[in-house]
Amino acid sequence: MQSFTLAAPNGLDAATDAGGRGGRYIAGGTDLLQLAKDNVETPDRLIDLEPLPLTDITVTDDSLRLGAMARMSEVAAHPAVVARWPVISQALLASASPQIRNMGTIGGNLLQRTRCGYFRDTGFACNKRVPGSGCPAREGENRMLAILGTSEHCIASHASDLAVALIVLEASVDLRAPDGTTRTIPLAELHKLPGDTPHVETTLRPGELITAVAVPASRAGMRSHYLKVRDRASFEFALVSAAVAIDAGAGTVHDIRVAAGGVGTKPWRLPEVEEALRGHPLTPKTLADAAALAGQGATPATQNGFKQVLLRRAVLRALQTATA
Amino acid sequence: MLGATVTGLALAPQRSRADDTSPAPAPAAPVRSAEAVDIVLQVNGSPLPLTVEPRTSLLDALREQAGLNGTKKGCDRGSCGACTVHVDGRRVVSCLTLAVRAQGKAITTIEGLAVNGTLHPVQAAFVAQDGFQCGYCTPGQIMSAVALIEEGHAGSDAEIRSWMSGNICRCGAYPNIVAAIRDAAQEG
Ligand SMILES: Cc1cc2nc3c(=O)[nH]c(=O)nc-3n(C[C@H](O)[C@H](O)[C@H](O)COP(=O)(O)OP(=O)(O)OC[C@H]3O[C@@H](n4cnc5c(N)ncnc54)[C@H](O)[C@@H]3O)c2cc1C
Ligand code: SF4
Ligand code: FES
Ligand code: FES
Repeated sequence: MQSFTLAAPNGLDAATDAGGRGGRYIAGGTDLLQLAKDNVETPDRLIDLEPLPLTDITVTDDSLRLGAMARMSEVAAHPAVVARWPVISQALLASASPQIRNMGTIGGNLLQRTRCGYFRDTGFACNKRVPGSGCPAREGENRMLAILGTSEHCIASHASDLAVALIVLEASVDLRAPDGTTRTIPLAELHKLPGDTPHVETTLRPGELITAVAVPASRAGMRSHYLKVRDRASFEFALVSAAVAIDAGAGTVHDIRVAAGGVGTKPWRLPEVEEALRGHPLTPKTLADAAALAGQGATPATQNGFKQVLLRRAVLRALQTATA
Repeated sequence: MLGATVTGLALAPQRSRADDTSPAPAPAAPVRSAEAVDIVLQVNGSPLPLTVEPRTSLLDALREQAGLNGTKKGCDRGSCGACTVHVDGRRVVSCLTLAVRAQGKAITTIEGLAVNGTLHPVQAAFVAQDGFQCGYCTPGQIMSAVALIEEGHAGSDAEIRSWMSGNICRCGAYPNIVAAIRDAAQEG
């Protein structure tokens, strides 16, 4: 690991000012330090976000607001989150380990980098790490990687469970730029497809800081569910995951959002499944028919074709559980 | 990897290189000079003055500099739990914690559990239930288990297993580890 300096800013202005001058933010440090230890990232100036007032979890009738520095474990255990946005709590409890959840933050989780093994090992080429160097995953180890949103330049899957839960809740992200201006974008617009620039992963501007994630309240959110399928029962990234939020009062689907993890190069919404259900009666058959549409346009690589079937089954199981 | 770590650690002037214990072949990245800083950690109730680089992990500070070798280094990447300690009552992995960021917080390591030579109930239960073989993962298992019980996650064997999943045991002592935690939780 290269050495770096660590600045403790005395407020948001000082933090984003330093971010605008090329410093890198460190939240829980659970991904950044891992990458730094392997020389995948070589930050020389870190900006400590811990002193900033970004840890609050605020609940109102209409919304949930998660400070960017709220810890994964605290959000997962928050009674209002458990009651009104269960998919968030479930996705977080299925993430990493208790120790990592005590350290990792909401902002850092959304910006964690792919677990593609070539990306995380500087002994290999990788377009995401070294633009133009190639993508050994296409012909190599790609069992864990994406089948949706891929490009010839990169097929890395996005690893965050939380992001999948938050896009079905139609969350938005509050940002603060180095010049002090703020903006809010839908979370669905935070992550980018790899295209021919897989090293550009988000729509964040240089030095932009995530200050909070806002989640609207909804009936569908109260009936939401996260299902994660992985190689072992716990402490493992998703092969496939499915997040569902549904409002089906009186037997008709009024509101439905479905998304998947482990399959996309970014958190992946499944509008084809939603459209097949919206306005339709909630029956075992409509659920099964809709789930069968999941993952249209998938482009599997050599080892991950199984994810197409697994995705349809995971979506069906999540729909069944959410409506049981 | 562990051998290399331990040898390198004795050589304080070469910290910057000894620090790089990456198991994966990493290119010879240029090592920039770093300013060492003086810090005071609160470890097991006592102040511990240290001089560390900003990049020094809490794990390396405890083991290499403070001589507190009870906390173990397995993966150094957050994936094994051998380095688990408590920071302000929360279990964390010390390999991904920067020592400088642990200032002003109460740090508890395995060395801080026993009181006047009397084992902590979780330590005693690990002995009684034979909750280890080689013992390398054990300090991390015990620190995690103490926190798990305080968190209220010892309700069933399944719950214990799930909330202990951040601690890997290569010897596979899991059944006895779960039994020890179940016993200790019932006792408390
Ligand atoms: C062993 C292990 C297993 C894991 N398993 C899972 C899993 O199953 N599911 C899962 O979803 N995740 C998993 N993770 C990833 C983990 O959830 C993330 O590492 C964690 O959430 C990152 O949060 P952090 O606060 O530590 O981020 P950091 O490591 O501090 O930061 C990550 C990145 O985000 C940037 N950043 C952080 N906060 C902000 C902000 N507010 N504004 C702008 N930029 C910011 C940093 O500059 C950095 O680039 C695992 C991690 C480990 C180590
Ligand atoms: S899939 Fe993406 S991250 Fe993985 S090797 Fe290819 S370019 Fe790199
Ligand atoms: S050494 Fe810290 S988790 Fe493995
Ligand atoms: S007792 Fe040997 S690793 Fe757990």
